[in-house]
Amino acid sequence: MHTEETSHVQVVPADKAKIKKIWMTAGILGLITALEFLIAFTVPHEMEMTRVSIFIAMTIVKAAYIVGEFMHLKYEVKVLFWSILIPMIFVVWMLTAFMYEGGAIFDARY
Amino acid sequence: MSATAHSIENTGKSIWDGGQSPLKASYGKLMMWFFLLSDAFTFSALLVTYGMIRFSHQAYSGTVEAFTFSQEYWPIPEKVFEAVPFLHGMSLPLVFVGIMTFILIMSSVTMVLAVEAGHRMDKKAVEKWMLWTIIGGLTFLGCQAWEWSHFISGTGGGGASLSWNEYGPSDFAALFFFITGFHGTHVLSGVVLNFLIYYNTVTGVYERRGHYEMVEKVGLYWHFVDLVWVFVFTFFYLV
Repeated sequence: MHTEETSHVQVVPADKAKIKKIWMTAGILGLITALEFLIAFTVPHEMEMTRVSIFIAMTIVKAAYIVGEFMHLKYEVKVLFWSILIPMIFVVWMLTAFMYEGGAIFDARY
Repeated sequence: MSATAHSIENTGKSIWDGGQSPLKASYGKLMMWFFLLSDAFTFSALLVTYGMIRFSHQAYSGTVEAFTFSQEYWPIPEKVFEAVPFLHGMSLPLVFVGIMTFILIMSSVTMVLAVEAGHRMDKKAVEKWMLWTIIGGLTFLGCQAWEWSHFISGTGGGGASLSWNEYGPSDFAALFFFITGFHGTHVLSGVVLNFLIYYNTVTGVYERRGHYEMVEKVGLYWHFVDLVWVFVFTFFYLV
């Protein structure tokens, strides 16, 4: 009975190129994470600014791959793409404002 | 000018006047996107709070080798998170959190494969990949439970609570509990949603419906959880 119910559904065979692209993206994400580890233990803590900038850049690249490929945003209509991305400007401002604020609290304390 | 553009001009209507989908996505998918945007603000607020509070505390200034825990300055994360289950007493900085990151990335991959299988109406493949995604999520939660219990019981210096901890200023542990806890709650609800999708797939709900769009919608949520972890990993553990 179960087979009868499902027999009319046509299963399309997998597109090899598509599957390959998914694993490629996964490979890139894994590789960047491995690189982050390498940098965490090879670049000395005295070069804090370099470390932090590299980590942030790599995080943004990883985020772009996850949102663009896995969440498929890259292939959505442009209006949808920008409606999601442009509001993130507020986060950039929030980050700037609160880091400044944190520094000011530090100065008041010490 | 094409014929369609001409007729739009004549009636004074644009694609935004209704009857069409200008964003070429279903209502449910759009609402998931905008929910995730609002959730991104919440997580950003938590991570920015971490940055601000860390900036307002003294930083450790000596060498990494000579580092000791003190309430006077913010700890170096790799000195706090260096334990791995079954390898008691060994110093393996960030190894366990690295394993957790790989688990979550892998479960994101199996989720994409489930969505891809859904597009092809391949019920068996959707079941298989959804199951792997659920297993990945549960493994991650198990790892986090271990990490929390290790963090709370500590390494002999008194451990950690919301008001005090052996690793650094009291805010350090409070932020750890808040940020990884809020993320872990998202993972937990993601696992529950994934299980519902898996159940509906197995019982043939989506096959009868004729499409697997629900897998896509919950997939978006699951990838978002992975995305947040990428940021938590960088800002809490690496920097």
